[in-house]
Amino acid sequence: MEEVPHDCPGADSAQAGRGASCQGCPNQRLCASGAGAAPDPAIEEIKEKMKTVKHKILVLSGKGGVGKSTFSAHLAHGLAEDENTQIALLDIDICGPSIPKIMGLEGEQYVEDNLGVMSVGFLLSSPDDAVIWRGPKKNGMIKQFLRDVDWGEVDYLIVDTPPGTSDEHLSVVQYLAAAHIDGAVIITTPQEVSLQDVRKEINFCRKVKLPIIGVVENMSGFICPKCKKESQIFPPTTGGAELMCQDLEVPLLGRVPLDPLIGKNCDKGQSFFIDAPDSPATLAYRSIIQRIQEFCNLHQSKEENLISS
Amino acid sequence: MEAAEPGNLAGVRHIILVLSGKGGVGKSTISTELALALRHAGKKVGILDVDLCGPSIPRMLGAQGRAVHQCDRGWAPVFLDREQSISLMSVGFLLEKPDEAVVWRGPKKNALIKQFVSDVAWGELDYLVVDTPPGTSDEHMATIEALRPYQPLGALVVTTPQAVSVGDVRRELTFCRKTGLRVMGIVENMSGFTCPHCTVSPGGCRGGEAAPGRWGPWAVLGSPPSPRSAPASSPGAAERSWPSSPGCPS
Repeated sequence: MEEVPHDCPGADSAQAGRGASCQGCPNQRLCASGAGAAPDPAIEEIKEKMKTVKHKILVLSGKGGVGKSTFSAHLAHGLAEDENTQIALLDIDICGPSIPKIMGLEGEQYVEDNLGVMSVGFLLSSPDDAVIWRGPKKNGMIKQFLRDVDWGEVDYLIVDTPPGTSDEHLSVVQYLAAAHIDGAVIITTPQEVSLQDVRKEINFCRKVKLPIIGVVENMSGFICPKCKKESQIFPPTTGGAELMCQDLEVPLLGRVPLDPLIGKNCDKGQSFFIDAPDSPATLAYRSIIQRIQEFCNLHQSKEENLISS
Repeated sequence: MEAAEPGNLAGVRHIILVLSGKGGVGKSTISTELALALRHAGKKVGILDVDLCGPSIPRMLGAQGRAVHQCDRGWAPVFLDREQSISLMSVGFLLEKPDEAVVWRGPKKNALIKQFVSDVAWGELDYLVVDTPPGTSDEHMATIEALRPYQPLGALVVTTPQAVSVGDVRRELTFCRKTGLRVMGIVENMSGFTCPHCTVSPGGCRGGEAAPGRWGPWAVLGSPPSPRSAPASSPGAAERSWPSSPGCPS
């Protein structure tokens, strides 16, 4: 179902096959018959595929540029430090795939033996290639990533998402619905312009019944590499993530300060933990990663108890 | 190119889109600063915020909670001042609650953007600045298709210095080329920072008019800063300069 009319109401909408824009669409009869409203068979196929994946974590934010991809990459690096843990990092930001750059990958898909990556970035032949796709085509790509990639035995699947609450987010939640997602980590920066978008993201998670592991406040203070003193580049004028988390009753997993070495390492495609093992940012990351692991393990043992009881 | 039908954009002289493949580089901040600078130069300006999932412009201009009213030609934009020299339309004004998420797939977003272009009574404007979300997808295609008959002046593409931003922006430039949208210029935002404690630039370029503790201005320096005080979410806005772009007619 590659070409859809520009005003396609959506195959699962009440207007499917009946709207004015449906005239002439090759799938009109199919939609009008109600077939579009039936559950996508891919959901069951993905459920089967995901049986070998223990934990699935989505990294979200309503806001762009807060550090989702940076966080996803470093969550993957941190978890992969245990050689016995298999990590998979899936980048579903179809229009702006940052993960290959941040992980230092040109086309190969394994950073380490136990850390594999998938991104639309690998499918582009040139760095200038733009992915100018509408929603349905992006959804199709995400379905393919989840259903057709041979993930194998994975302990943690981390899914990096684009900003917003749209096709990509709805699709990944829908396709993984039967496979069970452990939860979402939501990234923000301290200023209100970010928080206002992040509150929407939290409401999105609640609407689609996606558990929230917690919120990470990124770029939370800047440490000058020369004088080592901290200043606020993005002042938390409305209380920052802490107050938002209190108001909305979600856990604050931690605050990561802005260390210029993070950006430099991302540009070079290296793990920041190796370059700056004693940075306050590294320590913050490690504490957050530990809390995420604890959440996932707690969840796993709850499920095991349910099954055995 | 087909001529524009007389419609709600018939009185708009110039349309400028602000784009970036990358999120969080400062599109909304720069759209706001551009609009304020143009107003300061005596122009009548409108801002159309087509970021439906993350509408930032109302907050940046202190217009949260304002209501949109109907008039005989459609929706009246929200005016920020008595003189009606600056007006704004955003999905932010249409939400019942500010934290309500707009969880729409592409087709519904396309439909609202078409309405924003055809059903908002902009009136006579010198400039319409269109702020976009990051990416190269539904919102961008819908906006360009809807604006095409009105021959937009072009696009400002915003980036930050890091490689991940530049990577996305290269894709955005391809998008502009493919959709026939002229690129007026590239703005490099967050080009450096001056630590307020030691007043030594930590490796970034300082820029001529950066006050200590503020982000540096854009890579191209130019005309007078915005007289409006910086919104809390936009540090340093009052100190920034707007580059005088040769492609931007006065």
